Amino acid sequence: MTSTGAAESIRPRISFYEDQGRYGGILSWILTSDHKRIGILYFIFVIAFFFSGVVLGFFMRLEMIAPGGAIMKPQTYNSLFTLHGIVMIFLVVIPAIPTIFGNFFLPIQIGARDVAFPRINLLSWWLYISGAAIVAFSVFTGEGPPDTGWTFYTPYSLRTTVNVPLAVFGLFILGMSSILTGVNFVTTTHRLRAPGMTWHRLPLFVWAIYSTSWVQILATPVIGITLTLILIERFFGVGVFDPAKGGDPILYQHMFWIYSHPATYIMILPAMGIVSDIVPVFARKKIFGYMAIAMSGVAIAAVGSLVWGHHMFVSGQSDFAALLFSLLTFLVAVPSAIKVFNWVATLHKGSIVLEPPLLFCLAFIFLFSIGGLTGLIQGALAPNVHLHDTYWIPGHFHYIIFGGMGFGLFAAFHYWFPKMFGRMYNPKMAVWAWGTMLVGFNIFYFSMLLLGWEGMPRRYYDYLPQFRTLHLTATFGSWILIAGLILMFTNLFRGLFKGEKAGDNPWGGATLEWQIPSPPPKENFEEIPVIRHGPYDFEEFRKNG
Amino acid sequence: MALMILRSFGKMDDAKGLVAGEVRDATGARLGMWLFILSEILLFGGLFILYSAYRYKNPVDFHHASRELDVLLGTLNTIILLTSSLTMAASIGAIQRGQRKLSMILLIATMALGLFFLVNKGFEWGAKMEHGIYPNAPALLARAKGEILFFGLYYVMTGLHGLHVLVGVCVLLVMLILVSREKIHSTHVTPLENSGLYWHLVDIIWIFLYPLFYLIS
Repeated sequence: MTSTGAAESIRPRISFYEDQGRYGGILSWILTSDHKRIGILYFIFVIAFFFSGVVLGFFMRLEMIAPGGAIMKPQTYNSLFTLHGIVMIFLVVIPAIPTIFGNFFLPIQIGARDVAFPRINLLSWWLYISGAAIVAFSVFTGEGPPDTGWTFYTPYSLRTTVNVPLAVFGLFILGMSSILTGVNFVTTTHRLRAPGMTWHRLPLFVWAIYSTSWVQILATPVIGITLTLILIERFFGVGVFDPAKGGDPILYQHMFWIYSHPATYIMILPAMGIVSDIVPVFARKKIFGYMAIAMSGVAIAAVGSLVWGHHMFVSGQSDFAALLFSLLTFLVAVPSAIKVFNWVATLHKGSIVLEPPLLFCLAFIFLFSIGGLTGLIQGALAPNVHLHDTYWIPGHFHYIIFGGMGFGLFAAFHYWFPKMFGRMYNPKMAVWAWGTMLVGFNIFYFSMLLLGWEGMPRRYYDYLPQFRTLHLTATFGSWILIAGLILMFTNLFRGLFKGEKAGDNPWGGATLEWQIPSPPPKENFEEIPVIRHGPYDFEEFRKNG
Repeated sequence: MALMILRSFGKMDDAKGLVAGEVRDATGARLGMWLFILSEILLFGGLFILYSAYRYKNPVDFHHASRELDVLLGTLNTIILLTSSLTMAASIGAIQRGQRKLSMILLIATMALGLFFLVNKGFEWGAKMEHGIYPNAPALLARAKGEILFFGLYYVMTGLHGLHVLVGVCVLLVMLILVSREKIHSTHVTPLENSGLYWHLVDIIWIFLYPLFYLIS
């Protein structure tokens, strides 16, 4: 995209790792306003939280290996599934892609030197860390960790004696971080695009982060006020969710899901953006239906904000509301399907190179399709009565969140790793890790789908003997999955120090990040590039060097 | 339609390769502030949803409870806040014309009006509490459920709004210092303008709270 002269003149510049700026040592990181350093900071913490979430999940699964309380008491199990949910959703899945890769690559991909508000960006990170610390603090103080489930449904969350207020306050802080990140990215996309970077030439990852940011800005305040109301209720007993004082607990559920359903699109949209960016590079072919993919992202963000009631089909909302929410839920499947078809159409007749990033994307498409289709089953009213609160639900959303967002995240790890760190991991090992995880994942979560179909309720620490085989299979699958995870992270970690030098453009990408050195220098571009063609225009790109 | 919205937003950006830090991007700062205000509106939006739902369920109780609020005090506070928005806007106009002193006087007036509003609010709350109307009070719990909710929401919503007024006063204090040190001047007004936007937001939220609590009886 840049002219060739510019690319060579910036070669001798030192990378952002060496260019410390005003402070030295650790301060050069925690006081930085460089979007790439902030991205790396998030990277470290998100991975740390991811592993704590995995450990919590591992013990939950271990408990379910045999009926009758295999290794723990019910209260411990309640805390485990609550913490697993809080950690994974609020500390990993929601922030991961926007904060790590959005921070690192959004400014580069639009040809900017940084985000619009670099210092607010740093503030976001501090809020994220503070919120996470408060949540962690709530686990070890008071009368024990929260046991309400990550949804904090009233009236139980108002009555339980465990440490709900502190955890809720931590989540409120995390929400502020999320809103500020969204404000930053929307403003950056509007104001800092390089000359010639029109809306039709934006990489689809930028489009995805842009749509996501809008949801972050518009939906997060609602959970903010909802969580604040829990605090107010607990400390002052106002009564807005207390039936004894005229309040309605169902309204809490409404307000919770008004945020938390759009939040599932905060989780999945950025991953879809990553897939849209990677697939054309490894098919050596222009993306099929650029505008359709970009606009379907916007459509998902918009329609996805109107489907929250499908979490409450059996909560006692009116039949008419349930019908409407079910219809809208079916509608939101359309833009998701548009994306899937466009990716597959991009692969069609492409010169496919099966490198690890593409393999992870293919896994995404496969797993996300299962997740999406199972979503349609529970989105219909009659089956939902049967499936609600069974293992089917966690089975479904793990296919979306882990199979979709998780594998999208892993795809991004493998795609952008050489750019971020200048070194390459072992691709063979990456394929092994990919295969192991894919097998483990399906054994694990497909068993959950089957368990739910047969009526195993979720969030129970014990079960009837008839579910024994499937639970054993699921636990077995979780071990394979974790083995794959360890293999993948070991491989990446090893690549960080011992990997071969990767070069500036190992995959032959045409977006801007591949036209600058690996790792990028501070402020990315010596001269702001002038954009003359689209992000997946490989022929133009080859002609112009 | 999505495209049309984008076009209108597109006017704010002409992809001319702005660089953060090098150029002061006033439009960008304003856009960021508007986005933040949007999120504030949705924060209060959650409470307005609760209000609507509960008023729909308990119209008579809300009517009775509303009658007990002091309309005079509420009206006075409305006038105070509206006037403060006027002085706020005038302060921005003054600094744009280079009248630093006048701008500072108007800023101080805005802050004083904000504090005056809070003091009034304090008296109002105090009077209600003396009559045993506060969250979880035995006298309040003995009343009809709709009235419990009305006063609960009254405290939560005016409380959160009061908190915003307080934050606004603090922000204006910082602005006052910046203006006095000439960090804000006729060619660089953006921080003051953004603070003004925030102040007007607080004002507008009150414009909705006032009729919903004081004028529905």
